[in-house]
Amino acid sequence: MAGAAGPGTGPGAARGDGDDSLYPIAVLIDELRNEDVQLRLNSIKKLSTIALALGVERTRTELLPFLTDTIYDEDEVLLALAEQLGNFTGLVGGPDFAHCLLPPLESLATVEETVVRDKAVESLRQISQEHTPVALEAHFVPLVKRLASGDWFTSRTSACGLFSVCYPRASNAVKAEIRQHFRSLCSDDTPMVRRAAASKLGEFAKVLELDSVKSEIVPLFTNLASDEQDSVRLLAVEACVSIAQLLSQDDLEALVMPTLRQAAEDKSWRVRYMVADKFSELQKAVGPKITLNDLIPAFQNLLKDCEAEVRAAAAHKVKELCENLPTEGRETIIMNQILPFIKELVSDTNQHVKSALASVIMGLSTILGKENTIEHLLPLFLAQLKDECPEVRLNIISNLDCVNEVIGIRQLSQSLLPAIVELAEDAKWRVRLAIIEYMPLLAGQLGVEFFDEKLNSLCMAWLVDHVYAIREAATSNLMKLVQKFGTEWAQNTIVPKVLVMANDPNYLHRMTTLFCINALSEACGQEITTKQMLPIVLKMAGDQVANVRFNVAKSLQKIGPILDTDALQEEVKPVLQKLGQDEDMDVKYFAQEAISAVAQRLTKLDFPVKDNEEPSAPGADKNHFLRPRGPGEDTGKFVPLMSRHTESERLGWFPRRQ
Amino acid sequence: MSSAPSTPPSVDKVDGFSRKSVRKARQKRSQSSSQFRSQGKPIELTPLPLLKDVPSSEQPELFLKKLQQCCVIFDFMDTLSDLKMKEYKRSTLNELVDYITISRGCLTEQTYPEVVRMVSCNIFRTLPPSDSNEFDPEEDEPTLEASWPHLQLVYEFFIRFLESQEFQPSIAKKYIDQKFVLQLLELFDSEDPRERDYLKTVLHRIYGKFLGLRAFIRKQINNIFLRFVYETEHFNGVAELLEILGSIINGFALPLKAEHKQFLVKVLIPLHTVRSLSLFHAQLAYCIVQFLEKDPSLTEPVIRGLMKFWPKTCSQKEVMFLGELEEILDVIEPSQFVKIQEPLFKQIAKCVSSPHFQVAERALYYWNNEYIMSLIEENSNVILPIMFSSLYRISKEHWNPAIVALVYNVLKAFMEMNSTMFDELTATYKSDRQRIWLY
Repeated sequence: MAGAAGPGTGPGAARGDGDDSLYPIAVLIDELRNEDVQLRLNSIKKLSTIALALGVERTRTELLPFLTDTIYDEDEVLLALAEQLGNFTGLVGGPDFAHCLLPPLESLATVEETVVRDKAVESLRQISQEHTPVALEAHFVPLVKRLASGDWFTSRTSACGLFSVCYPRASNAVKAEIRQHFRSLCSDDTPMVRRAAASKLGEFAKVLELDSVKSEIVPLFTNLASDEQDSVRLLAVEACVSIAQLLSQDDLEALVMPTLRQAAEDKSWRVRYMVADKFSELQKAVGPKITLNDLIPAFQNLLKDCEAEVRAAAAHKVKELCENLPTEGRETIIMNQILPFIKELVSDTNQHVKSALASVIMGLSTILGKENTIEHLLPLFLAQLKDECPEVRLNIISNLDCVNEVIGIRQLSQSLLPAIVELAEDAKWRVRLAIIEYMPLLAGQLGVEFFDEKLNSLCMAWLVDHVYAIREAATSNLMKLVQKFGTEWAQNTIVPKVLVMANDPNYLHRMTTLFCINALSEACGQEITTKQMLPIVLKMAGDQVANVRFNVAKSLQKIGPILDTDALQEEVKPVLQKLGQDEDMDVKYFAQEAISAVAQRLTKLDFPVKDNEEPSAPGADKNHFLRPRGPGEDTGKFVPLMSRHTESERLGWFPRRQ
Repeated sequence: MSSAPSTPPSVDKVDGFSRKSVRKARQKRSQSSSQFRSQGKPIELTPLPLLKDVPSSEQPELFLKKLQQCCVIFDFMDTLSDLKMKEYKRSTLNELVDYITISRGCLTEQTYPEVVRMVSCNIFRTLPPSDSNEFDPEEDEPTLEASWPHLQLVYEFFIRFLESQEFQPSIAKKYIDQKFVLQLLELFDSEDPRERDYLKTVLHRIYGKFLGLRAFIRKQINNIFLRFVYETEHFNGVAELLEILGSIINGFALPLKAEHKQFLVKVLIPLHTVRSLSLFHAQLAYCIVQFLEKDPSLTEPVIRGLMKFWPKTCSQKEVMFLGELEEILDVIEPSQFVKIQEPLFKQIAKCVSSPHFQVAERALYYWNNEYIMSLIEENSNVILPIMFSSLYRISKEHWNPAIVALVYNVLKAFMEMNSTMFDELTATYKSDRQRIWLY
């Protein structure tokens, strides 16, 4: 199909002299021109190998010029090229020749696709460090200037990221030029370029002399912060953090604060959101005095902003803000100036705001101490535990440990319980899943008695949830509980209930028994496993559902290491051998897997393993796990059983055979 | 209160909208961001007499007063507050719309700043956050503007103002300046399609009347598109802006300026890469075809651009590309066709053998197009070899019988066009296949 692009169209120059050592580059160049993007991509990714083979000189004189010319390819290829070139300094002969890499990267820094451009800039930044100061001024700085005065916005955007890497090592005269270029980009008439400049403003300020920061960066900052486009203004807020760190308190007050105050009240919610989002950084950068005078009132406004997005971002910062206040007088400030606003947010109309607050509010208890927590925070916690939105309740429950340290969880337990029960029965399975994950934590804090009385039944109910993910989580939850409360507790409360399910008419529940045994056996130890669990597992080997039978094999393999050799030899082995002869292919396969695992433990006892009993895994069985076994295409043994199950059972999660 | 307007002008259309938007807005989120930060107390406007009830000498002053009153903004999220005053402003706006349409001599020089101020106060506002980050304009219902009952009348009034026979751009340009246009363009991101529709008309009129703003408007639209393509992939008004551009391109003088060509290659073509292409593809394709009708020499860069950005995984987009390509081929000059036929038909050969039957079908439909058929016929010695193996293979292998039937027709057409070559290709194809088998 592609007569024109076959081999032989590679550049004659590389081939012409008949030198064999040039063959690699000829191949590379051919592949670089191949119609198939994937081949081009592969050869670009092998670029360093090729360069190594060519040696530094040829890499410089032949490979790089060629690459510079190929820059019209698919963005994917260009991205790989831009990345490769960043690590190429060694391959072109070290720092003295690093400037050879600039031409291709310069072209890459001007392409339209943002990822390619960004990668080229990243590589250029990397290479800039490898330039000698002389080379930097001779080659790198001119490149930056060319980009900065390019026609199309892409090159000017790229230039913005390069000022800060060449500035510190340039001579004074060049420094002045660099600053001049940066200044003009900050007032570029393309908003894309102004955005790029604004996002690099902080970085650039850090490498400037303090005088220049005051005389040049601050005016630029002020301008960008009052740009007509909110997308530019909000980036100035980010820069504010870096600039504020560089200035003394007085300068800060005079030069930066008016702009920051204005940003906190900007007419665009995006800018206010940014202020809220960067609040902790800003707070640290401006120091305690300005925080008290300016930031706290600004924060109060953000907490009652008219846009929920802004309120939520501010609510997220409540704890950090309080933590970072100076210890002296902190309590008073929080109580008088922050808490009243938090109280409002607890009954906010927007659930994201409430949930953001709920994720941090518990952290305040450590800061405010026992009395304040009981008097002021507890009512809020309790209100949030009753919130209509499950996420709010979950966020409170997931942070209970903070409160536990300060006032003990008992204070909450009366409200906690209904909240937990409600979440445990939530219609959304993801909510149920989330609350299960907090059970071990809750159990630890509430103590065994409370748990047995109130929560145990919930944990058992999850085992028969109709969503598999919940049953699975419930199983590992039991294991964690046993680790917390000990084996005796397990033997008395959990194990009997689990084992009863082995006789359940629903095969999914019977399988859950097996999964629980898998999870619990190790935590429960040899005695309980051998005496109570093993008999049940063995009995289930005769189950009429193949899924249960092969899970028996898997369970036996799993609990094998815990059992003593007698039990293995006398009880496990015969059952596995019988399963090894099962009519179902899957059962056979897992039985044989288990036999060989058990056999390894019994080798000293001369467990008779014949060759044909090894899991020979015929071709078909190799893909065992990949075989979809939906009810629709099963081999038939499912069908009578499936028909007995309820609709929800079948429609529920049936992702794979275990 | 006694002189409150007793005869509200007909507003059936407005009412039809208002109820829906209020209901919508209550379920959803505020659409009047940031405007009501410190307004807790009720708003009082002193009712003024109707314009028609005063002597014509007093009308200009009353007109100005009414404009000033209409600068007051109401919170439509609060459906219970200021009901009376909201109704008063609505009827006043209606009266203003009628007045500016009918009356002669009402646009004195003093009215211009007041009109622009009133319009600015009402329409320029920060758009609120979108309901969710995942807002999918194809799936989700747009959030409607709660204050539409007023906003619509303001837009209506502004359009009548711009279209008025007495309207003088030379005076208005002092007030309708670059900053004004910039704010207007930002509003195109509004989620409310009704608002974008009005904005489209407004911007179109401004472009038409203010020669000094034309280059600026084009440049700002450029910036919006570039940001949309390369930074955010989110802007609600792309289709509307493209529609305006379609009529602008139509009026470009020949030869095309470099600026316009750059716009085509660097902005319009990359717009094809955006995920939500389906929302504005018709308008985009229209713009492209407009360009090619103006200057056929642009055909090659355009088609090569489309080849570069040809969708690799999204069949739905591929169908759109094929549609656009057919529109281009409909107007292509034979001399241009020859230049791009090779890459073009290599791509079409790939599409024809796509396992997605809609893609294959769309590509095969080209053979129903008489003009394209005539181009293919003229160049069958180039195109037939490119297409042959794909066509022959899918005639045997494609899963979809409709595609197979279409392919047979295409093969038959080729056979009739150039039977010698067809036979040669068939023979080569078969011997190649055999060699593979032997090998």
